[in-house]
Amino acid sequence: MIDYGLIAMMILPILACIALKVLFTPASEGVNISGALVYWQSEAGLDSPTSLYISESQVNSWAVIISILGLCLYLTHGLTAKASLKRQLVAEWIVEKSEKLVRDNMGGFFAEWGPFITAIMGLSAFSSLICLVGLFSPTGDVNVTFGWAILVFFLIMHFKFRGGLWNYFKGLFKPIPVFAPMNLIGEIATPVSMAFRHYGNILSGAVISALIGSALTGLSRSLVGWLPGVLGDMPLLRVGLPAVLSIYFDVFSGVMQAFIFAMLTMLNVAGAVPWDDWNTRRKKRNKPEIQNTAA
Amino acid sequence: MLELAMGIMLGLLGLGAGCAMIAGIGPGIGEGNAVAKACEAIGRQPECKSDVTSTMIMGCAIAETTGLYGLIVAILLIFVAPGSFTGILKDAIK
Repeated sequence: MIDYGLIAMMILPILACIALKVLFTPASEGVNISGALVYWQSEAGLDSPTSLYISESQVNSWAVIISILGLCLYLTHGLTAKASLKRQLVAEWIVEKSEKLVRDNMGGFFAEWGPFITAIMGLSAFSSLICLVGLFSPTGDVNVTFGWAILVFFLIMHFKFRGGLWNYFKGLFKPIPVFAPMNLIGEIATPVSMAFRHYGNILSGAVISALIGSALTGLSRSLVGWLPGVLGDMPLLRVGLPAVLSIYFDVFSGVMQAFIFAMLTMLNVAGAVPWDDWNTRRKKRNKPEIQNTAA
Repeated sequence: MLELAMGIMLGLLGLGAGCAMIAGIGPGIGEGNAVAKACEAIGRQPECKSDVTSTMIMGCAIAETTGLYGLIVAILLIFVAPGSFTGILKDAIK
């Protein structure tokens, strides 16, 4: 009984999002490439810097979060020591794979980071895949990916400051003081490039899909428009080809970008730790030395 | 006067978006090189196929970034810039 409830928890938020989108989409003809629909906004207006609004991307990502929570609860519900259910094997496979991935790429010190990395990867992958049911991908909105990238930036900074603030600022002026502005730009470029990479890939897929759809509609109108009745109005050429292209642009690209975002998070965070400076500081406070055991 | 200025502005924005996508050449060449080398490596050591493939896809995705910057500039020029530039033009001509 709980299983059915959890399956409903996975599916119902997506259906609610579809219903909300159908209610709010303005009637239009032809090509329509636009950003996220705005569901609610404060009275200040969209152009004002103090405006607050809730758009399609936020609502869709909340729905994805609830669905992933439902999926996790469904996979881990009713665990037994002998693994009598198939879904327990799936859950164990996911946990083992994520822990191995994190351990291989970040080292033993970060071994407990598996859940965080898997959460980023799962959220990103499912946010991109949600466009398969006709919804706007939250990752096609630069605000969403920038939010994740800023989170990663804070993690990187947290570990960089572990070596001491003074050591960090001295590091900016290496190898010679002239490089300081470039080093500063390099620090900021990491989250910017992560956010733009993810956003650009998903958005370009969506734009190309929309362009191909409209082109095929026009082509079929001119080729088979002479057919009588409903047949002439239907864009017959749109059957098939967009689905094949969607396998690359939506499925492959979305999953790939999720993997890359998680991979870059791991590499950047693990590479940010200044081990020597940190251990020197710890030695001054009579704390034990920390080593990152590889693999 | 306003119509002429508008037309010139929109045409130049389209032209600029096209020029921005010249950035697509770089990632094309770079990814082509990466895949060629990966094919060579797999041919030399077929047992390393999975490692080489995953590393190659990772590298390709990172090499794509410069092209995507160009794409984002082009998208901004087509979808975002006309809205803000039209207002500036109207204010200037009034």
